Amino acid sequence: MDDLTEMYNELIMEHSMNSYNKKKLDKPDFSELGHNPNCGDEITLELKVNNNIIEDMAFSGHGCAISQASTSIMIDTLRGKTIEEAKEIIDTFIKMIKREITDENELKKLEDAIAFKNVSNMPARVKCALLAWHTLEDMIEKNSDGTGKINCCH
Amino acid sequence: MLEIKKDFPILENRKISYLDSGATTQKPLKVINAIEEYYKKYNANPHRGAYSLSIEATEAYENTRTKIAEFINAQNREEIIFSKNATESLNLLAYSYGLDNLKKDDEIVISIMEHHSNLVSWQKVAKKTESKLKYMYINENYEIPDEEIENKITDKTKIVGITHVSNVLGTINNIEKIIKCAHKHGAVVIVDASQSIPHMKIDVQKLDADFLVFSGHKMLAPLGIGVLYGKKQLLNNMTPFLMGGDMIEYVYEQDTTFAPLPNKFEAGTQNVEGVIGLGAAIDYLQNLGYDKIHEIENEVLTYARQELSKLDYLTLYLTKNEKNHSGVISFNINGVHPHDVASILDSEGVCVRSGNHCAQPLMRSLGIDSTCRASFYIYNTKEDVDNLVKGLNKAYNMFKKYIG
Repeated sequence: MDDLTEMYNELIMEHSMNSYNKKKLDKPDFSELGHNPNCGDEITLELKVNNNIIEDMAFSGHGCAISQASTSIMIDTLRGKTIEEAKEIIDTFIKMIKREITDENELKKLEDAIAFKNVSNMPARVKCALLAWHTLEDMIEKNSDGTGKINCCH
Repeated sequence: MLEIKKDFPILENRKISYLDSGATTQKPLKVINAIEEYYKKYNANPHRGAYSLSIEATEAYENTRTKIAEFINAQNREEIIFSKNATESLNLLAYSYGLDNLKKDDEIVISIMEHHSNLVSWQKVAKKTESKLKYMYINENYEIPDEEIENKITDKTKIVGITHVSNVLGTINNIEKIIKCAHKHGAVVIVDASQSIPHMKIDVQKLDADFLVFSGHKMLAPLGIGVLYGKKQLLNNMTPFLMGGDMIEYVYEQDTTFAPLPNKFEAGTQNVEGVIGLGAAIDYLQNLGYDKIHEIENEVLTYARQELSKLDYLTLYLTKNEKNHSGVISFNINGVHPHDVASILDSEGVCVRSGNHCAQPLMRSLGIDSTCRASFYIYNTKEDVDNLVKGLNKAYNMFKKYIG
């Protein structure tokens, strides 16, 4: 019960209900649809990359508060990071949710996304929290060249 | 009502308001004991052994078939086929009736409120046979209007698939009218009784249903056992669905003759414990009686409709015609995703389902992605409704300042 109240805190509520990251980017380099057919959550992530650095990201679509907030906070966390850094942070986030990483120091790199730590105690909501992160992981994977750099048009 | 709750050990062990009986019901001790007794006293493979233990298992299995035939007033016990669940029964019909009997430009008519199990299977048949799949849509009162039935079912219609009660809306469909209309045009009707048989008396002869399916687990029986009823003459003319042991007569190297009904449709060793459990569930329901079931449910459901209607932040997907409503209430807190609502209700010990309820075309036609669904059964009380309302108020209060 405490997990739940902690989960729906100010930060997560603000990001889920009124996110400034919920918009369309002007000429994004990449776009990827992520969905959880079981609950009907659907998001489209857009990504702009410059010199292997995430210049901007945005999302559209619909879903529960956890999935919407997780998407928005992910965008805040990864904006300005290199693709390599982003991949590491994604990996850490997924491992936090799966309880494979619990060390607070290691989790620091997640910045605000650490707010989702308690989702690991809510098995019914794990998929909601991971949707955006898996979608971005897929997007990077699909568009990476052999050197781990993302193939970009400019 | 409290004494009914006592029949269900899980409701004694867990302090919850279980409002997801539309997904699966809890099981009374009598059902649990019947299964235990089967394994302790007379477990063997039915139809196969010449020894007395196997004969006892066969008798228990076959006696339940007779019990079900009487329960739904089938004319012959061979008209009762055991399956895994309603989904498997519907697939059996799609494969063994649909694929063999439909041809190009024939039409299959179903309603927009069908569960995926009575929908996706017909898409497959329509594609394979080049027949058409048509839908009867609902009006603003969440009911299928009479004109829709009359307009959609035509001489081209060969199969009509209809759920007796919608698992999302709780609407009781006018299957009597649908069956009459279909028969007038020479079509057969498949009734999905999964959501109705736990709540109301089913009489297949009175309905004149050609086929009727249901799952045991939504009517107090264990998971993994379902029933297909079909008129004898129709079943006799159908080819088998699954091939294997016990459904054959003579097997040669290149050819096989099949067993008569009902074995023709029961390949392989069957779920005897499920059948025994289903028999015990029917005993429990008959002992209570549908009149009493209706009385208990009506009191709680009326209270639920009344209390939920008072919450102005809630949208109810519910017919105004109380007589046409059974068992389930779908709702949304405006502006809040049902998954969040379900999590918050869970924190109050209230179990509801959230999602599309295996009815995506219905959701799309309503212009929504998902709903929360509270579904009620004989063990539910007004206190469960109060807990639901309390949980909903909590959820609304958590979200209200953020709702745009």
